[in-house]
Amino acid sequence: MKNFGMDRMDRKVVVPGDLLSEDAKKSGDGTYVKDGRVYSLLYGLANYRDKINVIPLAGKYIPAPGDNVVGVVKDITFSNWIVDINSPYDGLLHISEFPKRIDAQEMSKYLRIGSSIMTKVKDVDPTMKVELTLNDRKLGKITTGQVIEISHTRVPRLIGKGGSMIGMLKKEVNCNIFVGQNGRIWINGGADDMDLALRTIHLIEKEAHTNGLTDRIVAFLKKEKGARS
Amino acid sequence: MIDMDENDISFFKDGLRLDGRRTDQLRPIKIEVGVLARADGSCYIEMGGNKVIAAVYGPREVHPRHLQEVTRAIVRYRYNMASFSVEERKRPGPDRRSYELSKVSREALEPVILTSYFPRSVIDVFVEVLQADAGTRTAGINAAAVALVDAGIPMKSMISACAAGKVADTIVLDPMKEEDNFGQADLPIAMTPNGDITLLQMDGNLSPDEFHMAVEMAMKGARDIYEIQRRALVEKYSQLEAPTVEVKACE
Repeated sequence: MKNFGMDRMDRKVVVPGDLLSEDAKKSGDGTYVKDGRVYSLLYGLANYRDKINVIPLAGKYIPAPGDNVVGVVKDITFSNWIVDINSPYDGLLHISEFPKRIDAQEMSKYLRIGSSIMTKVKDVDPTMKVELTLNDRKLGKITTGQVIEISHTRVPRLIGKGGSMIGMLKKEVNCNIFVGQNGRIWINGGADDMDLALRTIHLIEKEAHTNGLTDRIVAFLKKEKGARS
Repeated sequence: MIDMDENDISFFKDGLRLDGRRTDQLRPIKIEVGVLARADGSCYIEMGGNKVIAAVYGPREVHPRHLQEVTRAIVRYRYNMASFSVEERKRPGPDRRSYELSKVSREALEPVILTSYFPRSVIDVFVEVLQADAGTRTAGINAAAVALVDAGIPMKSMISACAAGKVADTIVLDPMKEEDNFGQADLPIAMTPNGDITLLQMDGNLSPDEFHMAVEMAMKGARDIYEIQRRALVEKYSQLEAPTVEVKACE
């Protein structure tokens, strides 16, 4: 069960202002170019491939169109639910983005203040007005299971390359898992399975910056399941 | 100043300063990253006798709302001295001095922060001086810069700050309390590692030559401090391989 795809050794901790390359064409995410040289914009791990990307190790979640997020309704206005998405910017879920037609007077019948939802960012405008949608089969109100929160910077590692990590995890722990890009994760399954999923996710979060993570997680799961049976 | 000979004797002994440093030597520095669990980024710094803690919150929603900027984040910087930070109790709360230091420190850091990435938000920086021993504004800026990086805020570069002074007609690096109180000049600077100065203040008197010498010396000090700041940040995530003890704990 080796997975070398995920575990690149060519990574390095960098701080803002670190010189990454003399070749301006290599500038990727989390970098900037000045006088033909590439510098880091963030505190994170520099990834040297065809382009140099810096993956942040800290920071707030900034919504982007297409992101799946888990949100909590914090207010209801005339035709919008205002949703906390664990970000400096609140999400707006318009009544028309609800899967079925509902009356403005009856909004709180479907989603109340405090309701958790699995939702998707539909659009973000330059003033950071965030529009959400529920119009997708996998989206909707959360009625069972539990929601946990990790740093959003660890989410790419939890998902893995092409979904390898999360796919493996779902299968191994026999749980339904919805990962929000904002670091909130919904888990649903049997009590023991959920407990194992939770511990595994926390382990991934803690060791997200290390090499050889997938292998260690596989070993961890094998050991845990061996102990149970 | 009245009697040069006496000044020479009191500030230098065998060519060394009162605390045994050379004229171009910094005081010992210790930096810890991420010391506050509730803050988005934090840093504790000791520079000689100075003990300063910095916390960064944000980007987050702006309160009060009217301060909000539609196209960028605003930066707020609060410099505060604890009442017990100096020998004679300091009356708590903001005063003329701390307003000024908050303003110049904010302006020292703002040029490197990419505020346009976070419209309608605020980045709050709180700097608390727990123990003061001359050069608290530079210590505060150094701590705040590390805390901003720790908070994951995009920046063009780090900021490092250091002071130079003049005592008994000699230019010295990083003056301590005695040298600051009884010296002839104090010149704190803040800059990026490639030498762009974002803060430069001076009190006292320096000739143009002395001024250039002092700036050079403070810039060299700031570069050395930058290395320490950088090392503290890199060490937080230094082991790319998970420590073996952690793996064992999973059994």
